[in-house]
Amino acid sequence: MNSIQTNEENKTSLFRFVVALADDSVILSHRLSEWCSNGPYLEEDIALANIALDYIGRARMFYQYAAEVEGENRSEDDLAYLRTEREFTNLIIHELPIGDFAFTMVRQFFLDVFYHLYLQELVKSKDQTVAAIAQKAIKETRYHLKRSEPWIRQLAEGTTESRDRILLAIDELKEVVGELFDMPSWEIELVEAGIAVDRQSLKPAWDKHVQAFLSASDIDFEDTRLQITGGREGIHSEHLGHLLSDMQYLQKTYPGMKW
Amino acid sequence: MNQEHLAVYEVFVRSNRGLDHKHVGSLHAESPEHALMYARDCYIRRSEGVSIWVVESSNITASTESDVENFVEPMDDKPYRHATHYVLPEKVKNM
Repeated sequence: MNSIQTNEENKTSLFRFVVALADDSVILSHRLSEWCSNGPYLEEDIALANIALDYIGRARMFYQYAAEVEGENRSEDDLAYLRTEREFTNLIIHELPIGDFAFTMVRQFFLDVFYHLYLQELVKSKDQTVAAIAQKAIKETRYHLKRSEPWIRQLAEGTTESRDRILLAIDELKEVVGELFDMPSWEIELVEAGIAVDRQSLKPAWDKHVQAFLSASDIDFEDTRLQITGGREGIHSEHLGHLLSDMQYLQKTYPGMKW
Repeated sequence: MNQEHLAVYEVFVRSNRGLDHKHVGSLHAESPEHALMYARDCYIRRSEGVSIWVVESSNITASTESDVENFVEPMDDKPYRHATHYVLPEKVKNM
């Protein structure tokens, strides 16, 4: 298997691309893990923690590969626990606080629809490692979507309060959804090389899926032109720093500590 | 959170093809579909099974403690009903 590019410029792009996917996964995983012991009831608690573990698995595979691509002797742990806020390039939607259960599930629904489309394309990547990770992740995402859709339906058509909370969550999350479809320059380069996915091309299918699903519960989903972006450049909301101080505490207090 | 609207479901898992579904536990859920997903997350996340059944507990008709006298005890003195004198061939693993 020779999936590592020898071309230096390509190598930097590939590293940025892979490490960003790892960042997306690890940050979302951390947010989901915050539900552990705080779920609405035990069964949902376990289910959410289980999804958090799926994303941890995904993050590890991407970090390991990023470390290999970089070739600077950094480990997956170094990348996850010793980089600073500005070095993290996750998209902002992943880092927002968990909010209430409706917020968590709407975010999950939006992301599950996105990853369902994204991973279907990523499995065709010419980079064999990236394609293999996508192949493993897509099965998990199919299940995640199967889980988040009935929740949205149930809450949207439940009580006035549950519906209000879903509507509020949709309004808040609308503003960070657009970033999922932005293409940084290095990703455009990798699309041309057949390695990355053209995120923009997924937008119509995402819109169609989300609009059709929500309209069945009598919810109009309209795009908003106001979009908060910056994640891929390392410019984050005020929430990421707090998350990292939690997530990275152990490695920063006891450098090199192992289980 | 108010859990009054949650029903209790019994979970049965078949660990391998060819075996029976076995009762593994119970859980709370909003609907049969949710129960099935929770069963997946609670009981087979370490690949313990290939198939799951969930049944709302209220649909199960069960014998009670007071039935013991007429349900179970009359069987105690009828050893001829037990197939204990047959030697099971080693190849027959699940009987």
